[in-house]
Amino acid sequence: MYTFSSKLKTFSLILIVLGIIGIGYGYISTPSSIEEVEKMLTESHHGGHGEASSDAHATHDAPVAHDAKDVHADAEHKEHVEHVYHQLQNKPWSALYVAGIFFFLLTMGVLAFYAIQIASQAGWSPVLFRVMEGITAYLLPGSIIFFVLLLAASFHIGHNGMFTWMDPEVVKEDKLIQGKTAFLNVPFFLIRAIIFIGVWNLYRHFARKFTLAQDESTDDSNYKKLFKASAAFLVFFIVSESIMSWDWIMSVDPHWYSTLFGWYVFASFFVSGITVLTMITIYLKSKGYLPEVNKSHIQDLAKFMFAFSIFWTYLWFSQFMLIWYADIPEEVTYYVTRIEHYNLPFFGMLALNFIFPILILMNADFKRLTWIVIGAGAVILFGHYLDFFNMIMPATVGDKWFIGASEIGSILFFAGLFILVVFTALTKAPLIAKRYPFMEESKHFHY
Amino acid sequence: MMSKVIHAIYNDDDVLLDAVHKTRSAHHHIEEVYTPFPVHGLDKAMGLAPTRIAIAAFLYGLVGLSVATAMMNFIMISDWPQDIGGKPSFSYLQNMPAFVPIMFELTVFFAAHLMVITFYMRSKLWPFKQAENPDVRTTDDHFLMEVGIHGNEEELVSFFKTTGAVEVKVIEKH
Repeated sequence: MYTFSSKLKTFSLILIVLGIIGIGYGYISTPSSIEEVEKMLTESHHGGHGEASSDAHATHDAPVAHDAKDVHADAEHKEHVEHVYHQLQNKPWSALYVAGIFFFLLTMGVLAFYAIQIASQAGWSPVLFRVMEGITAYLLPGSIIFFVLLLAASFHIGHNGMFTWMDPEVVKEDKLIQGKTAFLNVPFFLIRAIIFIGVWNLYRHFARKFTLAQDESTDDSNYKKLFKASAAFLVFFIVSESIMSWDWIMSVDPHWYSTLFGWYVFASFFVSGITVLTMITIYLKSKGYLPEVNKSHIQDLAKFMFAFSIFWTYLWFSQFMLIWYADIPEEVTYYVTRIEHYNLPFFGMLALNFIFPILILMNADFKRLTWIVIGAGAVILFGHYLDFFNMIMPATVGDKWFIGASEIGSILFFAGLFILVVFTALTKAPLIAKRYPFMEESKHFHY
Repeated sequence: MMSKVIHAIYNDDDVLLDAVHKTRSAHHHIEEVYTPFPVHGLDKAMGLAPTRIAIAAFLYGLVGLSVATAMMNFIMISDWPQDIGGKPSFSYLQNMPAFVPIMFELTVFFAAHLMVITFYMRSKLWPFKQAENPDVRTTDDHFLMEVGIHGNEEELVSFFKTTGAVEVKVIEKH
């Protein structure tokens, strides 16, 4: 049995408290009125601060000298200030949303991996099942918090305007969104979210129940139930995952669409999930809780990290190159805004998620060294956080992005909560399942 | 110069592995082992050095990547930078996404083919090469260990009889 060390518990609580402070500061420092934004913008224009923002809006700003009596310019200026106001209002919400969806989906990545291992009757991974179950314990709190964030967006709580298609004022004048309202409307959006989150949690609940029952039973009936549940879940997952990615990520840019987006999102959180699984396994092993896990298990996990990093890159590039090559205006704006305003995070994540893992994790000996795997894992996780950041932020805050108190606070909060929930769940059951049919094979797994 | 070797023949890979362990611990030098299929763990048991072919392949891949980059940079950017359908051919980086499929394929092409050729060279395999098979049965269902005789021949033969060999032969080699 695993005992949650009090040090780690305190650490996770500190992360949560620091996170809440950061998130709170993010909300407080958000300008609460248009006048405030107006003042901020004039100050930054005259004071020479915030060049990035004034650069980006140079075309708007040029005619907006205050002594100009041009009514048109005035209206444009007002519109611009309002636009910036909404972006700044969205910023703390988006920061929370990005970190929330990152940790929630990362858990889904582990759950999908778990289901795949069971459905494929893998002989190497059963010693890791309890670790995976511990990680997926975060699914319930993570998905509830995420659903609350979706509700906040749906009902515009606290000026949350992340999803522009939820704003009836916008939809009234937008022919493109009007054409999509049959799919993109708040009730249907929330119903879909409830169904997806509900079924995912149900699978996790029953999978856990069946494995625990399998420990105590005398035959393999629970294993068979688990097998069937996993196969059925995978079918549901692949459909729901695709729709989920349209709903929760792609619809922040309601004018843009991409066909392989669902796969791309999947690759991102799947590799993050495997990375977290690897890191927690190494941590538990270093504390002496997983004597059955050997270097070959770690190497296999590192292989998955390596392979899915490349798979992610393949999908990222396929999406990017196809749109870049054809250069169709309605598609390409997605990348234009990212390359213009998010140049470093956009291309930086490519270095973190592709070049770094491919060079570090290619060597078979390196995959067996825990400190290298942990280091590579930290880089991959940060890279995929940036990936989600790049998917959400350009649509909600535009060029007003900054990785500051809200963003770091949100990461700390969810990381703390994740550690607290996961390691508490790990204490609930023995770390090695007893009567799993492939357990013996897994204990002697050797590569 | 004539030299004598012992051919110890086994009909089971487990027995063979066991015999290899025994032979090594008795400090007899194993010249060669012939098997009809890869025996997992045989190289470790014989104490063979790990292969470096993966390192070679990585370097070949880098060569392929360089060839692709240099080639397309010369052709598409330096030599004749035409406007083809509006693609920006001002610098390599600007038009890079269009080159990536070729860069990838040439990396794989060089890594794969040069690695295979390296394998053939190092293991001395080519068409019309004289087969070096000491006993035809080793390609079907028998395993053969070849050990040089440097001391007492009788003693060595009886040693291999105890390792589970189905047949022990003394062969004169040229």
